[in-house]
Amino acid sequence: MGRLVLEALGKRYGASTAVERVDLDVSQGEMVALLGPSGCGKTTTLRMVAGFVPPTAGRVLIGGEDVTRKPPHARDTGMVFQSYALFPHMDVASNVAFGLEMRRVGRAERDARVREALRLVRLDSLDERLPRQLSGGQQQRVALARALVVNPSVFLLDEPLSNLDAKLRGEVRMEIRALQRRLGLTTLIVTHDQEEALTMADRLVVMERGRVRQVGTAEDLYERPADPFVAGFVGRCNLVEGAPEGPGAFRAASGALLPCADAAPSAAGPSVLAIRPEHVAVSPAADGAARITAVTYLGAQTEYHVELDGTALLAVRPTPAAGDPLRRLAPGDPAALDWDRSVARLLPLADSTGKGPDA
Amino acid sequence: MVSPPSPGRLAFGACVFFAFALMLAPVVTVMAISVFRQEIVSFPPPGFTLEWYANAWQRQEFARGFLSSLQVALLATLVGVPLGTAAAFALVRARPPGGSALNTLLLGPLAVPGVVAGTALYMFYLRAEFWLDRDITSTLEGLVAAHALLTIPWTVRLVTASLQGLDLSVEEAAANLGARPFTVFRRVTLPAMRPGIIAACLFSFIQSFENLELSLLLVGPGRTTLPVAMLNYLEFRIDPTLAAVATVQILLVGALMLVTDRFVSIARVV
Repeated sequence: MGRLVLEALGKRYGASTAVERVDLDVSQGEMVALLGPSGCGKTTTLRMVAGFVPPTAGRVLIGGEDVTRKPPHARDTGMVFQSYALFPHMDVASNVAFGLEMRRVGRAERDARVREALRLVRLDSLDERLPRQLSGGQQQRVALARALVVNPSVFLLDEPLSNLDAKLRGEVRMEIRALQRRLGLTTLIVTHDQEEALTMADRLVVMERGRVRQVGTAEDLYERPADPFVAGFVGRCNLVEGAPEGPGAFRAASGALLPCADAAPSAAGPSVLAIRPEHVAVSPAADGAARITAVTYLGAQTEYHVELDGTALLAVRPTPAAGDPLRRLAPGDPAALDWDRSVARLLPLADSTGKGPDA
Repeated sequence: MVSPPSPGRLAFGACVFFAFALMLAPVVTVMAISVFRQEIVSFPPPGFTLEWYANAWQRQEFARGFLSSLQVALLATLVGVPLGTAAAFALVRARPPGGSALNTLLLGPLAVPGVVAGTALYMFYLRAEFWLDRDITSTLEGLVAAHALLTIPWTVRLVTASLQGLDLSVEEAAANLGARPFTVFRRVTLPAMRPGIIAACLFSFIQSFENLELSLLLVGPGRTTLPVAMLNYLEFRIDPTLAAVATVQILLVGALMLVTDRFVSIARVV
């Protein structure tokens, strides 16, 4: 059982940097997600913890012990691979038993623990099947059982749900989280899916281009993003470039004047105004300064794409009742926008503005 | 009710049938001739006999040729398959610079006509004999070395294919579960290579066993292989004895393939 500490961990390949520097302290039983777009260094970081990639800087400590120079087989981590990586020539029970065999656990105890692990993932009736005779979801659960049965000090998950269909993904997400809590596993999960990270992890590490952008709980990241990248990557966000103009006002680069929270003295220069779509109120107004460009009905919610003096903004509202005048808003209509000044946050203009997960 | 097959399907079926007929015709013909009674082959046969098999059995050169072919094929397989396997493993895993050129080079013996390769080897052996001051042509070692050359391209291809089918993360998973590098190789990598290696043994054996061109110049007195013995016989006589010998060969190779197919599905590996 153990606490996982990454100290200034870095990896370079020649001139290119895969991971610039990661500092992280995962306490016993905590689940932390490494979140970021592909190529951000999250998988490299996980592989450095597992021992498959030798770091070029920093240290990895598991349960207080420095394992930076130890080979993978001596690290006591349990990893679930994106491709599941089951042994194709062994049946389910032998797959799960492999780690115990390597640890020289006696036959009787081994069999008992394999049965227990398979019961835990609800696969106890399939122990004689070969991996290719199982569905994707079942293979996934075998991979989980195989990693869990050895009671690893650190549990590592590399995009464990990316090969499952949407419905199954939701279920398995809950199952993994429940298991992790019940067994009190120190866990590091890599994902590019923010929803996965938000729902499963105690804390999230948002990475971009080999750097840690912000570490915090889901609430921290969503409500108090440190920079435009995090604001845009975790949830949806209107990001408007410009500069604060006097107290409580922000002049967008396009010329629009927007209300905002009082600027910190340090944020005097060019900056980014971040406002969540659900905080933007739209109302029909004949003399409104804004103009509707598109309306998308999504059932429970409706999205309004709005333009205000050359600045495009997105507003998401609960779909209004049938009689509500808001319901009749159509593209081209004038409208008024409003938001609580305190929810419009000023963020420093980063060297690279984040463009969200699909950029 | 089964609807009548469309003209397209019929044509396709006919093509498939024709292709198989074309491939099997020589084999079937040889097997048929081996039991024709008449010495000069003619249709329809005047009757059937097993006399040619008896004749083949009584002639020492075929029995001896069979044994020495067996010996050479087994030794060549034993030498060539491990070499080819090691080469395939290194090519897939270490990815040496110029790996694809190396790969092509290793498949080279397949591209060189057998007679050319045999002649070249013969001249090379003569030169080597001069320098080393010992016999190489017409020795067992020389013949086995030449045949090992035949087995390497097959082995490299088959083992490479089976290794490429193995997801690297499967080996990582084994290491992650506590397996040392050698254990990973023994428990995960080797089983993945196994079908390729078994198929390589089979094809290597067959390649060597039936090879005529390479052996022609390299066999020595008393060490004639079966195909060479058959050619020698053909120089003086034409009768169905050869068909009988060939039939035995065909049955042997067929049996080998069937047995191998029980362990690894050949169609899946090749």
